[in-house]
Amino acid sequence: MIYRENGQFKTSYRADQQFFPIRQDRLFMLGLLVVAAVIVPLTASEYLLNAILIPWLILSLAAIGLNILVGYCGQISLGAGGIMAVGAYAAYNIFLRVPVLSFPVVLILSGCAAAAVGMVFGIPSLRIRGLYLAIATLAAQFFIDWLFSRVGWFTNGQPSGSVSTPTIEILGWSLASAESRYLFLLAVVGLLAACAKNLARGHIGRAWMATRDMDVAAEVIGIRLVHAKLTAFGVSSSYLGVAGALWGFLHLGSWEPLAFDITLALAILFMIIIGGLGSVLGGFLGAGFFVALPIFLNRLPVLLGVEWSTATVAHLEQMIFGGLIIFFLIVEPHGLARLWSIGKEKLRLWPFPH
Amino acid sequence: MTSTTRLVGATALVALLSGTATIAAAEEMFVPVLTYRTGAYAPNGIPFTDGFVDYLKLVNARDGGVGGIKLVWEECEFGYATDRGVECYERLKRRRPVAVNPLSTGVTFALTEKAPGDKIPLFTTGYGRSDSADGRVFAWNFPLLGTYWDAADILLQHVAKKEGGNLKGKKIALVYHDSPYGKEPIPVLDERARSMGYELIKLPVTHPGVEQKATWLQIRQGRPDYVFLWGWGVMNSAAIKEAVAVGYPRSKMYGVWWAAAEPDVIPAGQTAAGFNGLTLQAGAEKNSAVHKAILVNVHDKKAGTGKREGVGTVLYNRGVISAMLVVEAIRAAQGKFGKKAMTGEQVRWGAEHLNIDAARIKAMGFEGMLQPIKTSCADHVGAQRSRIHTWDGKQWSYTSDWYSADRNSLRKLVESSANKYAAEKRVQPRDCSKEK
Repeated sequence: MIYRENGQFKTSYRADQQFFPIRQDRLFMLGLLVVAAVIVPLTASEYLLNAILIPWLILSLAAIGLNILVGYCGQISLGAGGIMAVGAYAAYNIFLRVPVLSFPVVLILSGCAAAAVGMVFGIPSLRIRGLYLAIATLAAQFFIDWLFSRVGWFTNGQPSGSVSTPTIEILGWSLASAESRYLFLLAVVGLLAACAKNLARGHIGRAWMATRDMDVAAEVIGIRLVHAKLTAFGVSSSYLGVAGALWGFLHLGSWEPLAFDITLALAILFMIIIGGLGSVLGGFLGAGFFVALPIFLNRLPVLLGVEWSTATVAHLEQMIFGGLIIFFLIVEPHGLARLWSIGKEKLRLWPFPH
Repeated sequence: MTSTTRLVGATALVALLSGTATIAAAEEMFVPVLTYRTGAYAPNGIPFTDGFVDYLKLVNARDGGVGGIKLVWEECEFGYATDRGVECYERLKRRRPVAVNPLSTGVTFALTEKAPGDKIPLFTTGYGRSDSADGRVFAWNFPLLGTYWDAADILLQHVAKKEGGNLKGKKIALVYHDSPYGKEPIPVLDERARSMGYELIKLPVTHPGVEQKATWLQIRQGRPDYVFLWGWGVMNSAAIKEAVAVGYPRSKMYGVWWAAAEPDVIPAGQTAAGFNGLTLQAGAEKNSAVHKAILVNVHDKKAGTGKREGVGTVLYNRGVISAMLVVEAIRAAQGKFGKKAMTGEQVRWGAEHLNIDAARIKAMGFEGMLQPIKTSCADHVGAQRSRIHTWDGKQWSYTSDWYSADRNSLRKLVESSANKYAAEKRVQPRDCSKEK
């Protein structure tokens, strides 16, 4: 009844091709933006910002990055953690060795560094695919792990291999408080998510999707596979690199190579599978599922006033979380983003479904 | 189905947004307990936490709290994962803790960045970053009772003594957990390798350390004279089992104080006999006055946190000592600021002015377990002494006298590393002559 596009006529190509062609969607996004940018920073507690919203935003960005490669271009990758580490250590070293650069510039450069590394490790995708490619990217993950924990130059010779970052300032605006970091992240992640959506529906994205659906057919209709695959690796890696730099600088503040190990790579892959392959929204939903749900499950007994031992709660958290992953995969194999679009379809007919 | 999922989502959101920020009342002092009772590190996390919480219970039951103010606490499970540990800290921070014990070197590194802003002191008894011994730069970190650099120095003193004072031409293998924790001793071992003339073989073990076949094959080939084990959790017992498998004598193995407790040797059974470990001052003591007090005031009232048999094991004692140091820091702070609930900032002052002498140790019931501890603005360690104890297949017993770490040479390393950190972080070290 409310969510229905009757009477919204598109009289130009421009109107037809806009980001959100339906007025209700535009209003909803505007409302969401106001809530996220104004109401949340004013009302949310430091805990909510530091422990949930900030990691959620950064991991969403990482998930969007990996989704470009896996969801849009169909190249499976287990090296997301390593590429994030490249971004984080690149940012650390640039910041340390070229202190005049402002943080946004450092972020862009670390994204470029990660893109370069990602494209190098993407070269095998030109010859192999599927599970074999997964193993090749796994090698990248382990190689990068090894590199940062063994070569002292990257960690500025820190004895423990753990690096720490100073407080960030951008043109006199200090990112020390949780609110300022949240707002900065919101801007960066929002901008990059919009870019990803635009890329995916343009000719580059169509080339990626054609490659994903059937690479031989894509080649026959004139898509250069080398170009499509390597751009997907490059763009995806630059997103992951920026996410890694943000994860290190704005979330952890201090990290060791272990922070970007295979566990993180798998977690991001699961995020996009649960969230929805080939969808920007899926990145946000999947990251939210992985960040907020375990913490919520862990706190549930306290919220309900049940006194269980710490160990019981921890075991239950893992069992229920694992169970829910299986549940969502059975109910909707296409991910939470698909559930969302089914919901929207139903809403168009509500309250009079045929 | 969507309606159910939406309902679940909405409930989750409401619960998370509303939160359960129960700010501690003025008559209580909150001590967060970061722990891991599950996962690969649980065998060690459980006894430590049991001891820590039992001591807090004892202080409440016997003394009515510290200076008449009751202690309250909440456990938070993080499974030794750094990001979850930080989440725990953020969660418990809202209850205005007087001090945090991170119980993980990785979490300590992360919280070192957050603690000064939140004004919460970090107590890292026997762990954490070694250069945080320098209180000028690390005002909020307290690696009390010894850092990993002290431990490395003491282990070298011990093996040098065994070799008649000369380690020239000897080979020492360091089998370490490949994390900030395991890498901490390397600068000292490297530096001493140059000055003392031994060869250091570094063998990293990937978390969680269950798989060490390749490492111990290298040991069989390299035949080091000694093996220093810098492990934690299941890695320790796995290392001892692998040593048995390749026939490396356990008597030549030395664990740091986190690789020298019952859960590390018991899984290897009788074959672990002869394995040596450093003590963080106390080893396995069961019959001190403090244990009797815990049994009478806590366990006899059916309020014990863990099993009664666990009282007095190595890691249990370490938990007790860690809690005791927090309590003593609160007491020292109350001596200056008055007998009321302390803030984190005041407890930081107390921790910097700890003076636990022999009489105080006896009064608290730790006689024979501890040596005097005295901290200052520049020195946040307070005591750098340790003994070696050896596992005979059934129990730990001391097999050496007290060693003292070489303060003078280590202090140079500490200061140069701390200064480097200060430069990287762009912060100014405090001037200790101006501190009151």
